[in-house]
Amino acid sequence: MTHRAPVNRIIRFSSVDGPGNRTVVFLQGCNYNCRYCHNPETRALCCHCGDCVAHCPAGALKKDADGHVLYAYEACVFCDACIRVCPHDASPRIRSLTAKETFEEIEKQIPYIRGVTVSGGECTLYPSYLAELFRLCKELSLETLLDTNGTLDLFSRPALFDVTDGVMLDVKAWDARVHRALTDHGNGDVLRHMIALAECGKLHEVRTVVMPEMVDAERTVRQTARALAPYLHLYPVRYKIIAFRPAGVRKEYASFATPDPPYLAYLSDLAKSEGMREVILI
Amino acid sequence: MREISMERVNATREKMLDVVKSPTLTHAQKVANMANLADSLLEVLDLPEGLSGLLDKEITDGQCICDLSEGHAPLRPRYIVPDYARFMKEGSAFLELPPPSDLYEAINSLLILYKHVPSVTNFPVYVGQLDTLLEPFINDVDEETAHRLIRLFFTHMDRTILDSFSHANIGPSPTKAGRIILDVVGELEDAVPNLTMKVDPLLTTDEFLAAGIKAALHTAKPSFANHPMFDREFPGGDLCGKDQGAYVIASCYNGLPYGGGSFTLCRLILGNIAKRAKDADDYCTRVLPEVLDVMARYMDARIRFIVEESGFFENNFLAKEGLIHKDRFSAMFGLVGLAEAVNDLMAKEGKAEKRFGHDEEATALGVRIMDVIDAFNKEHRNPYCTISGGHFLLHAQVGIASDIDVSPGTRIPIGEEPEELIDHLRVLMRFHKYFPSGTGDIFPIDVTVHRNPDYVADIIRGAMKEGIRYLSFYSADSDVIRITGYLVKRSEIDKLEDGKNVKHDTTALGMGAKHNGKILERKVR
Repeated sequence: MTHRAPVNRIIRFSSVDGPGNRTVVFLQGCNYNCRYCHNPETRALCCHCGDCVAHCPAGALKKDADGHVLYAYEACVFCDACIRVCPHDASPRIRSLTAKETFEEIEKQIPYIRGVTVSGGECTLYPSYLAELFRLCKELSLETLLDTNGTLDLFSRPALFDVTDGVMLDVKAWDARVHRALTDHGNGDVLRHMIALAECGKLHEVRTVVMPEMVDAERTVRQTARALAPYLHLYPVRYKIIAFRPAGVRKEYASFATPDPPYLAYLSDLAKSEGMREVILI
Repeated sequence: MREISMERVNATREKMLDVVKSPTLTHAQKVANMANLADSLLEVLDLPEGLSGLLDKEITDGQCICDLSEGHAPLRPRYIVPDYARFMKEGSAFLELPPPSDLYEAINSLLILYKHVPSVTNFPVYVGQLDTLLEPFINDVDEETAHRLIRLFFTHMDRTILDSFSHANIGPSPTKAGRIILDVVGELEDAVPNLTMKVDPLLTTDEFLAAGIKAALHTAKPSFANHPMFDREFPGGDLCGKDQGAYVIASCYNGLPYGGGSFTLCRLILGNIAKRAKDADDYCTRVLPEVLDVMARYMDARIRFIVEESGFFENNFLAKEGLIHKDRFSAMFGLVGLAEAVNDLMAKEGKAEKRFGHDEEATALGVRIMDVIDAFNKEHRNPYCTISGGHFLLHAQVGIASDIDVSPGTRIPIGEEPEELIDHLRVLMRFHKYFPSGTGDIFPIDVTVHRNPDYVADIIRGAMKEGIRYLSFYSADSDVIRITGYLVKRSEIDKLEDGKNVKHDTTALGMGAKHNGKILERKVR
């Protein structure tokens, strides 16, 4: 049994992707189309159009005889030139790694890390790979966290569920229509999964990006906090409220307004008034 | 005593007059400088042959050995580490102090004793394992009063110990006094005293470590010492207190035996020594061993004078009352500029692109050089360093303000740090084991880490497992910053640059290090 996934990037030490110091694996590809996505180059898989090859200053990209874009990780200087020119919200800078190969890159950070977080893109597009990767991590007592949009029913995937310590989940909007306008998808599954995870103490964090022109943040924060309040004794779920920022987003969305600090503080107080104990503004 | 020329006397007199008239030195700094200049006229040590050619030069002119302004006729050991626990139990006949009976008296007694602890800086380089010293009295008063008293205690130290080469210790176990001390240093944001938390994987709780990290991110202290590692190296049991070992962290980050200290500290300038070698083999087998031999014999001469001629141990009350013991002193065999030595030797072998801290061959040459120094020290015997088996203790010296193009100890030069923190840690873990009398690395941390102090805790706990000895962190935006080992306030450097007086003499060193050592340009993690 060996499963692969397209790995966009591995951050060896991270202070912002869960408790303590963690290695973070970013997988490529996403089933959502969030308008405010701040790393849109992780959304699609490379279609081998080759537009990026000529723009690589390090010679790390080339086309082979079959027309595939090949990426040489060792030669890459991580200048992001290829990502900037990609017309498909993809990246040629992807390594296809097995769970074992990924684990070998995580293992190098032991004993400095307490765990691993897999993010994306949308990492749960690769559940078998995740199950194998997390099983390897658990053998060395590393904590395992998923950073997800909540679309996958983890309960239908016991091999993954059992080796997942916690989930950090986005509540992008409470209202289904708003959610659809923002992401092209409804949110019924997401909210159901959120509650089910909270019920078994595996929900570690929820996050809402505040983009005033598209998201009714007030309603989303209030309803989310209210829905989670009954379960906080099982795990003290943290609420991260994130201000939309134009850096990195696609240019058609870059002109959307950023929320002002008093509004963010109001949202934080709102979450707390509904019973959330730990609220972080970013 | 040997004769000296009138020319040298007159040059010294000129310098003394400059000190008298200096607009920026405080009175205390003038007095200390005058004493050092007077001492520089004495010639009493039996200097080894060949020393002058290695010592009496500017660092930019090829100086190979530096004695760090210890003076020509040492009238006391360089670093003194009194047995404060004994003082608290027995008081002092000389100072006419009975043992303290409550928190007020404990703090008052310590503040009195500090004024009588000599050192190379004339200030106490070690002020005690303060959590253990105060804990027996901490419940005499309510917590608010205890907090206030400790706050006044620390303010008093900062305003009267006018040099940040002064160090308090806490940990590894959590105590009420330890927690109050961390709260107080976080509130005060003062440079003095420096503070080390001894960290033990079992004894140090997550909460206590987190409190230490929060204080460090706020005000650049405490630093974190690998307690099991020091504990193994310094025999003597629990002299500092239960589970606290027989060692202390003093001055910058110097591991020293409790109830003793260090007679002397000299340092090798490894980069300048490399300039005298043809290649790496020539360096390791001929050039370096000759310099090691001269420096060891120079240190032997200094130690012999202190022990046999200065009369310090016969006459000073600290020794007479058993607060220090001659046989608990060792000496620090220091070095700086390993990176520059390696890079110079690699260039001589036509491999200039292979840099220390980045290329395995270069870093391995660093290890080879350290092995040469370590093996030399294990062979060399000094009759007065019995506490350390008759040998000196190696020390990765942090540099001085006038050092130019000289990296502290075995550090990777500022501006050349590996991109990833883990790669940086994996280099330094290969060097920390050599230095029982101190080494350390310093990391400015991005302010977003304030939200996640456990990130730093994981790095500290991992580092201890990997044999890293000593780590310091500070927030990239804090006023109190760690220069090379000691602490300085950025706002005080600004004052000094504007030509105003500042109370701590280390601020001037910090200003020098800012310009010569690029210490504000460290890679933020």
